[in-house]
Order: sequence, then C-alpha cells, then structure tokens
Amino acid sequence: MAKQPKPPASERAKQAMSGMMGDVQGSQAWASIFRPGSIFRKGYSDSPRNRSYVIMNSVLYHLHPVKVKRHAVKVSYTLCLGGLSFFLFILLTVTGIFLMFFYRPTAAQAWDDIYVLQTSVTFGLLVRNMHRWAAHLMVITVFLHMARVFYHGAYKPPREFNWVIGVILLTLTLLLSFTGYLLPWDQLALWAVTVGTNMMGFTPVFGDQVRFVLLGGVEIGTDTLLRWYVLHVLMLPFVIVIFMAIHFWRVRKDGGISGPL
Amino acid sequence: MAEVPEHLLKRAQEARERAEAQQGGGSSAAPESSGAESSEAPAEGSSGGPKIPDHLLDRSKSAREQAAAGGAAPAAAGAVATASMPAGPAQPEPTGPGGGTQRLLTVVKSGSIQDVKATPTDKVHVWPHLLVVEFVAALIFTAFTLVFSIFVNAPLLELANFNETPNPSKAPWYFLGLQELLTMFHPMVAGVTIPGIGLFLLILAPYIDRNPSKKPEDRKFAISLMTIHLMFWATLVLIGSFFRGPGFNFVFPWEVGLFFDL
Repeated sequence: MAKQPKPPASERAKQAMSGMMGDVQGSQAWASIFRPGSIFRKGYSDSPRNRSYVIMNSVLYHLHPVKVKRHAVKVSYTLCLGGLSFFLFILLTVTGIFLMFFYRPTAAQAWDDIYVLQTSVTFGLLVRNMHRWAAHLMVITVFLHMARVFYHGAYKPPREFNWVIGVILLTLTLLLSFTGYLLPWDQLALWAVTVGTNMMGFTPVFGDQVRFVLLGGVEIGTDTLLRWYVLHVLMLPFVIVIFMAIHFWRVRKDGGISGPL
Repeated sequence: MAEVPEHLLKRAQEARERAEAQQGGGSSAAPESSGAESSEAPAEGSSGGPKIPDHLLDRSKSAREQAAAGGAAPAAAGAVATASMPAGPAQPEPTGPGGGTQRLLTVVKSGSIQDVKATPTDKVHVWPHLLVVEFVAALIFTAFTLVFSIFVNAPLLELANFNETPNPSKAPWYFLGLQELLTMFHPMVAGVTIPGIGLFLLILAPYIDRNPSKKPEDRKFAISLMTIHLMFWATLVLIGSFFRGPGFNFVFPWEVGLFFDL
C-alpha cells in the first residue's frame, strides 16, 4: 500500500486556518457584526468599488465621506492639525480614564494618590506623563489649527459659523487644561490656579460671585478640587464632544475643507 | 402636474399661430392645384418633386388611378384629399432622416429648468488616501508623546501649602500672557477686558472681514493684523515664561535660571 506523502506542516496549518476562517466568516454572528458589503464579509481586493465600501460600510462613514477633493489630503495644506487635535483628545480620554482609577479628588488624598500612582502603579508614571504632555500638545495643536485656518482665509463664507464653533472649542480646550492643572494638588497646581482665578475675580460687577462659583467657596479648598474634577472629567468633555460633533458635521456640510488659495 | 413655464407657453402659442397661417395658405393653394390637377398631374408632381417623399407621391398616384377607374364624384373628393395630403406635410419642410417628418417644439437651454449644481471636481478616495495620512500622523504623535513621557516626567511639587507662596507664582503657560499684562494694567483691564475683547473679536472675525478673497495678496491687512496679534501674545507668553523671576521681576534666564514649570 503506497503511502500518501503528507503535505508539510505549514501547508496543513494554512488549510486548517482557512477552513476555520471560512466557518467563522460564514456564521450568523459574523454576519450580524459586519454589514452587507463590509470588507470583513466579502474580503478586500483593491478596486474603486471596494475603496468606497471601506468607508460606506463602517462607522467611519460618520466622520468621513467616501471621497474628498484631491487637495484636501495634502499634508502641506492642513498639516493635519485639526485631526491631530481630535486624536490628542482621544489619547487624553484614554489616559485620563486610566488615571481616574487611582485618584480621589479631596485635599487629603489627591496628592498622595498621584504620588502612589507614580511610584507603585505599573505604568502609572508613564501614563500620567503622557496625559500631561498630550494636554499641552493639544493646546498647541488647537491654537496652530486656528492660525492655519485664519491664514488660509478658510473662515470665509460659507464657513463663518464653523469658525465660531472653533473659537468655542479653543476656549473649551484651555478650560479643560486649566481645570486639570489643579488636580495634582501640589504647590504648582495650587498657586497657578490661585493666580488664574484671582484674575477672573476682577470681572466687573459680579466678580466675587464668579469667583465663588468657580471655587465653590471664598478660598481654594477641597470643594474647589471636587468642583474642578467634575468639570475636568465629565462636564467639559461632554460639552466639547457636542461642539466637536457640530464642528465636524459642518466641515462636511460646508463642502469639505476649504479650497486652495 | 408640473407647471409649464410662461415663456414656453408663449413660444408654443406663437408656433401654433404660425403653423395655422401656413396651413391656411396651404389649403387655399391646394384647391387651385386640385382644380388643375386632373389635367396637370405630372407637372405638379415634378414641381413638388424635391419636397414630397416618393412613397407619398406613389400613394397619390395610385389613388388618382383608382379615382379614374371609379366615378367622377368620388374622384373629385379623393383628388382633393390626396392633393392636400402631400401639400399639408410639405409645409414644415420634412427633412428628417429616412423621410420622416420631425418638428422642433422648443429648445431647452441647460440651466433654464434644471440648475446644475455639481461641477466636476478632482476627487480621491478617503480610503486609502486620507486614512493613511491620518493614521501615520496619529502614529507619529503617539510615538512622540510616548518617548517624551519616558524621558521627561510631569512635575509633581510638594503638597499644596496655603502658608507658603512660591516666588514667583505663575499661571499655566497659556495664561502667562495675561499675567504679563497684569504687570502693566489694572487687573480688571488685564484679566477681563483685554482678553474678553480679544475673544469677542476673534469670534466675530468672519463677520468683520468682508473681503471675499482668500488670496494672501488680497488680504494683506487681515494677515498683518493677525500676525501682529499672534506675535504680541507669543512675546508676552515667552517673557512671562522665561524672563520673569522672583517677585515677577524681569530677569535673564541665563543669569538667574529658569522659573518655569509646565
């Protein structure tokens, strides 16, 4: 009896894998996850039709159209600043959620929590560093994005209102950064915020009230910490996400990013 | 039912009147020719030769022969009908291909009814052209932040202490321009009025700048103003960050060192 030569192990593994993938991709669960036309259902080979399907049949369709003007993808025009600001926001959200697991916003515990985070938590120091540097970076990219838009005259009709939204986003970014500044509850945080809020206390007519609302009292204290913590991790992100949604939506509705000069 | 535009109705009315006038002329001419027809049939056929299609001529000829074979009274009626038949369609000069007659009802210029909004533009697919760029940019920024965070630690000074004011006390760097203004103006002006007006003007920029052009050479004033504005704040922030020492006095960082934390 002639023995059938066995195919090499790599070949057999490949066959088993493709068989398994076929089972998985043919299953109802897989079909329920990926929409008809998704490249994860029908496979991807490079064709104009499939290039459209990548966007059309994924959640990315909420952010991007299927096609954009050719100049819109030129890095030298946008410098990616708007997109990078958004990406830094995501990075800050991810690292910020990590930090929230180890932080209590009270005057008695805040500083100790940060100290323990840096010394005893795996990657704690690294993630805190990333959160802080990404925050400064985001202020810079948002600011540069505004300058870029101005110099291109991209705020002109029909994009006037999106510029207004953009200035609001810049203000919210600064507020997010500033509220986060207090949270470590060290000398730097305390006195930087003291200087900042003293300035706001000079608002005409109701300056004292503004300061009282911001600080949750007449002086910076544990109430201020809680207040700014809630602002920083919940309220301001909530507001800025809404404005970002409007901002991105308007970019598309106003005909994509502005044309070349 | 869609409304027919007025100018089209008017044009159609004019065309109808013109056709009727010609029809009237044709029918008045037709009896004359039919009167002479019985004797001068070949002459009429030759005169209308280039205008009347062959199959119509054949038809009228066969009808005439039939009439001749039949009676005098039906012959006259048939003659009138056949004579006016080639004469009628001959009026609008049947020049269609294959001998068919076509009439031009109206000419619709593009843009008169339908507004063509989409002008063809040069477009590329978001995947892969845009997504790849975005992905690489995000990757670079992630790598930069990660590497920078490995080597540079975020500051964590001593526990907050209300009884010990650091000298100098500085705001976060992006507010140092305002703090710098505090050394020059009353706090209400420096902390509220100037930044308030600045923010207000920034928001209103698209409504103040009515210049429709995007070309830099047409926007010299706007660009100059913005540049001066940005340089103004950048200078103030730089001075506040690096050139302010104890007591927020002006110092050179290479002489007394840095008083700056991020």
